[in-house]
Amino acid sequence: MKAIEFNHVGKDFGAFTALKEVSFSVEQGDFFALLGPNGAGKTTLISILGGLTRASRGQTRIMGHDVASDYRAARRAVGIVPQELVFDPFFTVRESLVFQSGYFGLRNNDNWIDEILHNLGLSEKANTNMRALSGGMKRRVMVAQALVHKPPVIVLDEPTAGVDVELRQTLWEFIQRLNTQGHTIVLTTHYLEEAETLCNRIAMLKRGELIALEDKSTMLGRGAARTVELKLKPATLPERLQPLLLKQQESRFTLKLADCNGLEAILSELRAHDITIKDLAISQPDLEEIFVQMMHA
Amino acid sequence: MTGFYTLFYKEILRFWRVAFQTVAAPVLTALLYLLIFAHVLEAHVEPYPGVRYTAFLIPGLMMMSMLQNAFANSSSSLIQSKITGNIVYVLLPPISHFEFFAAYTLAGAARGIVVGLGVLLATLFFAVPPFAYPAWVVVFAILGCSLMAMLGLIAGIWAEKFDQLAAFQNFLIMPLTFLSGVFYSIHSLPPFWQAVSHLNPVFYMIDGFRYGFFGVADVSPWQSLAVVGFTLAILTVITLTLIKSGYKIRR
Repeated sequence: MKAIEFNHVGKDFGAFTALKEVSFSVEQGDFFALLGPNGAGKTTLISILGGLTRASRGQTRIMGHDVASDYRAARRAVGIVPQELVFDPFFTVRESLVFQSGYFGLRNNDNWIDEILHNLGLSEKANTNMRALSGGMKRRVMVAQALVHKPPVIVLDEPTAGVDVELRQTLWEFIQRLNTQGHTIVLTTHYLEEAETLCNRIAMLKRGELIALEDKSTMLGRGAARTVELKLKPATLPERLQPLLLKQQESRFTLKLADCNGLEAILSELRAHDITIKDLAISQPDLEEIFVQMMHA
Repeated sequence: MTGFYTLFYKEILRFWRVAFQTVAAPVLTALLYLLIFAHVLEAHVEPYPGVRYTAFLIPGLMMMSMLQNAFANSSSSLIQSKITGNIVYVLLPPISHFEFFAAYTLAGAARGIVVGLGVLLATLFFAVPPFAYPAWVVVFAILGCSLMAMLGLIAGIWAEKFDQLAAFQNFLIMPLTFLSGVFYSIHSLPPFWQAVSHLNPVFYMIDGFRYGFFGVADVSPWQSLAVVGFTLAILTVITLTLIKSGYKIRR
């Protein structure tokens, strides 16, 4: 069974098509990144998961439950942290979490609530009114609210937008722990290094269409070639290596590297000319470069 | 059931936390109406033989306050949640359409009834209406408040801005409640306005409620019950259909 399954899912708002026909699935245990520029349809897709938006076409399933025909089971299986900072100003942090548990049919959820509060650094704020919290603290409560029912699938829509470094670290530590315990995590973010560090699979959306879906390593190996930077003594490059040269700064040469096998050819050519390597660094294109390339393709 | 119970309890707590504004204020307003109208009209009007105007006015004011507050509770709660966005916390959980409907309706009705009791307690000092048929009092209080709470739900679902809700309140709810015989027996009206009053469901809520106190009214309590019950049934169907369809709430 897949954690999430989108099957030809589309959504129109009047004449505007927010999602064309998106099909993909998220496996159980994945740490999955959903990337794309603003307006690509990420939040629409997440809203369809949570039943906040109804798809114009296609089927969506969470842990095998259809979000429309079997909505109660589907909603029990997923915890969503919305992108907008929203809270109920009438209640304290603990009350908000107790109510949220009740909505999911859970009474006496105090032990788990205490554990979430502790893990998100909220224990001291448990009895503070939501209005009195800073933006970052409110964001933590939103994460807590999505976790009260221990959902097998956790969806975070830009959870770290406008959040300080400390919360990001606490949050990701906790989420990674939940992931190792078997929870499936879906994440949207504009901080691509977060996706690169945390996720094992990456999907990219552009103008309502899925343009890529791959394992992180495959995606990182894609498109832009690797480069190797060499510090050479003497500072000359053999004739046969000249076509590979991208940049030279004094004795530092940056060469194109199609794949790792190409390195052996470079090294033997240098040996043949008695050129010594003083320093060597191989750089991989990062997710950000690939993202920009794909979005402009 | 836990979902329903939690949402109901939260809605009760929401108005109870600000009871000064949601309960005490309408009680004071009703008291002011009583002081002024009773002072001006007590000597001139005897709505039913042997019934003092002040006593006559009390059930009317009670019902008016109850209906307005039942409406205000569900409508303002929903529109606030919609505008601040925290309605997502009710939409994401597996709460069924019926639980959603029942929780908002009953919490609105509960606020109406609490306000009604407050008005009764505050006005007892001026006149004690006889409780001729308490069962009718209870029946019309519950049905009337539930009906208005549903209307509040519909208005809260439909309105996208506070001024749309205010328009609903000022141009529909206020005229319906004021022109329903709160301050007078409709028998004192010219025939045309009597006929118009008979088209207003709120008239039957107040008339039936008043029958419970005095044992006399403008129409039979059974006729009032039939009208109120029928209106309630229609509104139940409309409200449930709206919630189920996700109209303006799930886009």
